[in-house]
Amino acid sequence: MTTLTDPPKESFRLSMLINDTRYRSLTFQAIAAIALTLAIWYLGNNLIQNLRAAGLNISYAFLGDSAGYDINQRLIEYDSQSSHARAALVGLLNTLLVAFLACITATIFGVVAGVLRLSNNWIVSKLMAVYVEIFRNIPVLIWIIIIFTIMTAVMPGPREFRGDNATSSMVLDLFAFTNRGVYVPMPFFENGLFGNATLNWVLVLLVAVGSWYATRANNARAAKVQADTGVRPNTLWVNLAIWLVPFVVLMFIMGLAWEVPALKGFNFKGGIKIGGPLIALWFALSIYTGAFIAENVRAGIQAVSKGQTEAASALGLRPNKVMNLVILPQALRVIIPPLISQYLNITKNSSLAIAVGYADITATLGGITLNQTGRAIECVLLLMLFYLTASLLISMAMNVYNASVKLKER
Amino acid sequence: MADQDNNSIAFVATEVIPESPPPARETGVVKWLRENLFSSVTNTILTVLALALIYLVLKSTMPWILNGLWTTSSLAECREILDGTTGACFSVLTERWNQLIYGFKYPVEEYWRPNLAFLLMLVAIAPVLFFDLPRKLLIVTALFPFVAFWLIWGGTILAPLIALIGFIVAGAFFQKFGRNNFALGFFGAIVIALAIWSIGGSMIPEGASENALLPAVPSRDLGGFMLNMMLGLTCVSLSVPLGIALALGRQSNMPLIKGICVVFIEFVRGVPLITLLFVASVMLSYFFPPDATVDLFLRVVIMITLFSAAYIAEVVRGGLAALPKGQYEAADSLGLDYPQAMRLIILPQALKISIPGIVNVAVGLFKDTTLVSVISMFDLVGMIRGPILASTEWNGVYWELFGFAAALFFVVCYGISQYSQWLERKLHKGH
Repeated sequence: MTTLTDPPKESFRLSMLINDTRYRSLTFQAIAAIALTLAIWYLGNNLIQNLRAAGLNISYAFLGDSAGYDINQRLIEYDSQSSHARAALVGLLNTLLVAFLACITATIFGVVAGVLRLSNNWIVSKLMAVYVEIFRNIPVLIWIIIIFTIMTAVMPGPREFRGDNATSSMVLDLFAFTNRGVYVPMPFFENGLFGNATLNWVLVLLVAVGSWYATRANNARAAKVQADTGVRPNTLWVNLAIWLVPFVVLMFIMGLAWEVPALKGFNFKGGIKIGGPLIALWFALSIYTGAFIAENVRAGIQAVSKGQTEAASALGLRPNKVMNLVILPQALRVIIPPLISQYLNITKNSSLAIAVGYADITATLGGITLNQTGRAIECVLLLMLFYLTASLLISMAMNVYNASVKLKER
Repeated sequence: MADQDNNSIAFVATEVIPESPPPARETGVVKWLRENLFSSVTNTILTVLALALIYLVLKSTMPWILNGLWTTSSLAECREILDGTTGACFSVLTERWNQLIYGFKYPVEEYWRPNLAFLLMLVAIAPVLFFDLPRKLLIVTALFPFVAFWLIWGGTILAPLIALIGFIVAGAFFQKFGRNNFALGFFGAIVIALAIWSIGGSMIPEGASENALLPAVPSRDLGGFMLNMMLGLTCVSLSVPLGIALALGRQSNMPLIKGICVVFIEFVRGVPLITLLFVASVMLSYFFPPDATVDLFLRVVIMITLFSAAYIAEVVRGGLAALPKGQYEAADSLGLDYPQAMRLIILPQALKISIPGIVNVAVGLFKDTTLVSVISMFDLVGMIRGPILASTEWNGVYWELFGFAAALFFVVCYGISQYSQWLERKLHKGH
């Protein structure tokens, strides 16, 4: 009869800390922990000494002080008497604005260029290759400055629109491209249902969301009828009506009108003014990132094997059904993750606004506020916190998406 | 019999009909045009649009370029000579060439030093890029950083010499002891190198740089495209080893080390380079000892290196993750310890997979060196926007200057990416 016995107890020796794999990792981690603590202590100590020598302290009280500088491009109320915190908020919204606009246009440029690069038209595909290579290989800062130069040095000044023999004229009498920015007509409501303009626009948005849900319900109904009878009822006209009728009726009731920019005095008045720095940043980020997105789109479409197309055709699907039901869902799985990291890049690259004077958060909080108050550490930390939060939110969205399209394997 | 056959069959060809050429629309240029440019209505429209676009671009730029002036001394003179006709004023490039390339403060009589360093760089980089070259050239590569530092900054030769001696002794120590015990060799080498540098550093006499063979040039006098190239090359070569170490740390099974690496990588990747450059220019000096003066160039190099190391770490991590698990298990079953397994089995394969990614990061980093102009360093873009466009002679010469900057960056970056594709094809073993 055998009995199980414990292995002989080994007494612990000091050399096992280095030579025994059970303990070695503990040794290394202890060394790392000590080194990290020492480094933090050293840097912190230097920081405290330097701050004491300069007579400074770490405090965020300056955020409440009056900023004392003006910001031209702003989405919310702000004047030079507002606080630094308010200025930072204006900058934050401006960053989000340009990032949002650039993400949309970069996607459009990228998808068009990526698809055209796969075109069987030789000259078009070569042209797109040239576009991609040129824009990918030149720093985005140079693109931003070049477009900003076009906006400020090439566009005519407002005075050239004046007089009977003006050298410049408004495009279609609606848009004015000047060196102070681009003026576009602004829609407004003559007799809105609410006194507040914002509430009227919220109402329009609500109607649009309602129409979207209604069309979805209509499509679902069509799908059910198709499943039951095998014949899909035509949904196009109903959907169009659902989209257009409530919208037109609402616009008619509220009295939609357009405020067209007009030359008054030395400058254009009325309409929406889009400043030159915003356009430079927006357009440069769009074409630069568009070139990268084009490559992602091309790679994604090429990643779907040819057998998929052939199999779908063999099942008798029409070409556009093949695209919608077979190619795109698989290509998107490859395209979307790099696309979202390009959006992340746009958000981070929008900090280059400081080079052309667009008042984003880097230019307000990290530029003027930092220089005026001398609170370098606080400003840079807040700036990093904002960008970190934005990046983490975007990567979180990416992870959720990746999990939802993951191949369901055994 | 033969007659009957001849009567019943009306015609029998006795010889092969000669091959007739294919129809004209199915051969040569016509076929190519038809298939590639005009295969359908949409394609034809696209072709016409593309041709129109190319024509417009050429029509607006060619006269401007071909009519360009190269030898005038100011924009006003250009305008006078051109007299209203279209034409570029490239003379700004010839007249300000030195400023564009070397910055506006680097002493003119010392230009041969960066030039020589540039030539040495080509020799030093060649054996790294092309594996077929004799391996002896790697000695030049190893010596290059020290020689280049001495050439560009000048001053006493003792500083780079001591740095070199430190590396050589540490390397020799690692060769001797690292084979049997990696940890002992590695950490011992670091300690020895640090000891040599601190002892040697204190032995350099005060004012050794004053009447040195090469006059010292302070870092703030560096500028122009030279600054971009120096930042790019230094930061890439420093961030590759750091990035590999971070990637290995992130894959490690020691929670503390893994945690440190993950936090570092995610933090750096989450913030824009500009904020890190702000850190370098306004914040980093708070973290150095009160009496230390670390110059801006070094602070910027530190921050850009940390920045690109995080991106390279992610690329290398991708390469490590792409290796089949069997490779790790095979290394274990051969009885290799962790450093041996990494050095002999894992890293050679993982790095091969990650080369395109690393080159992409390097190209991105080189483009990002233009950002230093935002913290008032006079790199190529900083020179153009600062001293050159602000001067009275050249105020208003935008396209020539920005076109030149764009062309320089395009040539370098496109060249690197073409090299990367060539290398990928060469390393691809087809399995």
